Amino acid sequence: MCGIAGVINKKKNVNVGEQMSLMLQGIKHRGPDSTGYAMYGKPKKDGFILRFKVSENVAEQSSSKAEDPEDLKDRKKQVDAIMKTHGAKITKQSNSTPYAFRYEFTYKSENLEELAKAIETVENTEILSIGKGLELIKDLGDATTVADQYGLNKFMGTHGIGHTRMATESDVDIKSAHPYWAFPYQDVAVVHNGQLTNYWGNRRILERSGYRFNSNCDSEIIAVYIADKMAKGIDLEQSMHDSLDELDGVFTYIVSTKDQLGMAKDHMAAKPMVIYEGEDIVACASEEVAIRNIFPHEIKTYDPYEAEVKVWQV
Amino acid sequence: MAGLEKKSTAFDDENLSGRSQKLFFDITEEENFTYYGNHEVDFNKRIEIDCEKLDGNQLNQKIRDALRDGYGSVVIKNPGAKHALGVGILNKLNLIFEGSLGYFGVGCIDGPTVRINGRVGWSCAENMMSGKVVVENNAGSCFGAALRGGDLIVKGNAGARTGIDMKGGTILIGGNAGAYTGFMMQRGRIIVCGDVSANMGDSMYDGIIFVGGEPKSLGTDCVEGEMNEHEVRWLEQKFKNAEIETKVPASKFKKYVAGRMLWNYDNLEPAEKKGILG
Repeated sequence: MCGIAGVINKKKNVNVGEQMSLMLQGIKHRGPDSTGYAMYGKPKKDGFILRFKVSENVAEQSSSKAEDPEDLKDRKKQVDAIMKTHGAKITKQSNSTPYAFRYEFTYKSENLEELAKAIETVENTEILSIGKGLELIKDLGDATTVADQYGLNKFMGTHGIGHTRMATESDVDIKSAHPYWAFPYQDVAVVHNGQLTNYWGNRRILERSGYRFNSNCDSEIIAVYIADKMAKGIDLEQSMHDSLDELDGVFTYIVSTKDQLGMAKDHMAAKPMVIYEGEDIVACASEEVAIRNIFPHEIKTYDPYEAEVKVWQV
Repeated sequence: MAGLEKKSTAFDDENLSGRSQKLFFDITEEENFTYYGNHEVDFNKRIEIDCEKLDGNQLNQKIRDALRDGYGSVVIKNPGAKHALGVGILNKLNLIFEGSLGYFGVGCIDGPTVRINGRVGWSCAENMMSGKVVVENNAGSCFGAALRGGDLIVKGNAGARTGIDMKGGTILIGGNAGAYTGFMMQRGRIIVCGDVSANMGDSMYDGIIFVGGEPKSLGTDCVEGEMNEHEVRWLEQKFKNAEIETKVPASKFKKYVAGRMLWNYDNLEPAEKKGILG
């Protein structure tokens, strides 16, 4: 059991960080192990935002072991050197923890695959996201803990998705936490609640096509699957429809791009989803209590039916 | 208890201890034959409870306290879609929720009349024995799961697996219902005024599903039956009582039943059995 949530504000910038934090805190009982956010700020005209980590959180509940702090500093230096070699110019950098970093940078090309692959050659380094507006943050603990740790309660933007994870298929660590970035596509992220039963078969097919997997979490494949479809020129909505037939199991997932938010539910309708569609805002979550944290008054909500796909535009 | 004789059961030779079924139903010890949590209440005695700062357990305890104090009408303010609200009420009671419920709302109830001015999440009124529950908006999946008796009404749409494993009673849906509606139902009636998604009545043992619109597909063991005039009149009465206006008249509804003889039950509804025991 995991909890997923998403919110999209149409044509306006709001404190989407607070919205997501409140929603995810409302469903923290569905997943106490880790919380993740993928949020979209005002898209940058020049340059990109990079979120990456060079190690794991080794808090008490973590499956990871502590590493030498000097190793972490050294990995960051290696990342800096690789970016310089590839012509990426870092314009701003910050970090909330010794292992997770946020960079703003400019780059010669819109194709970031080569740069991303080079950065991930550094030991234990994983890119969480690259995008014009996407910022993907995930760590151990509940929604409030992660939001406070990374200062997300004042994140201004249009939309976001998030996840509270109960670890069932893989370890309690950041790399197994959601959301997943659709490597190497800018600004695409996925959160998922459920189990995929043909994960390994699909993973082998996608790995043969050159895609990388950072974890053994079955949810990661949805992000890679969507990325593969979009690389073939298929739009988001059709990619999601295709996934209902090609990914086997019980699942509900939410996917976001720079200007869209979509949800899909499997053929059995085995995993929950509640949707509220207002005039200027759409919110969806595994449970209505999450939505109620941003709408205290009575609202009309509904459950999507089986094999249903919905996509909303900013 | 008059007229009933104590019958020997297979358990008589066992050395039972604790709150066993044998003691609970021993008709020779009338003081033990009580219905837990049953109170005399006055419907004109009304109380409002604000749920904003309460969790499910705290609210349910407050409802029990109100019953003990003789309140027959209880209004819950700000339920906020919290889970497991109003469960386990074994009493006559007029219960009103001024808002939506989360999962497992009003489950395992026997007797109350409940109005929910909002939506309900998964598994509303699961295992209900008797009474009436009316939901003004939509319902999530597993609406009326394992229902045993009473009337369960939703004015909007209901989700997947509505009436799964139901063993009696009536579920009335004003709108559409999701996939696997009536899955493994063993008795009772489901009425869907709109359309039904795929695999309706899959693996049903018995019971009837009435549909005003169209089922997307029928599940294994579900076949179309022949409607009779008594059923048409019964449907008309149900719609009138629930204040639901249908797009097509009751006579145009289609009836679906189990296509195979899969059951081996006696002819009593669970609620009727309870009546004899009481």
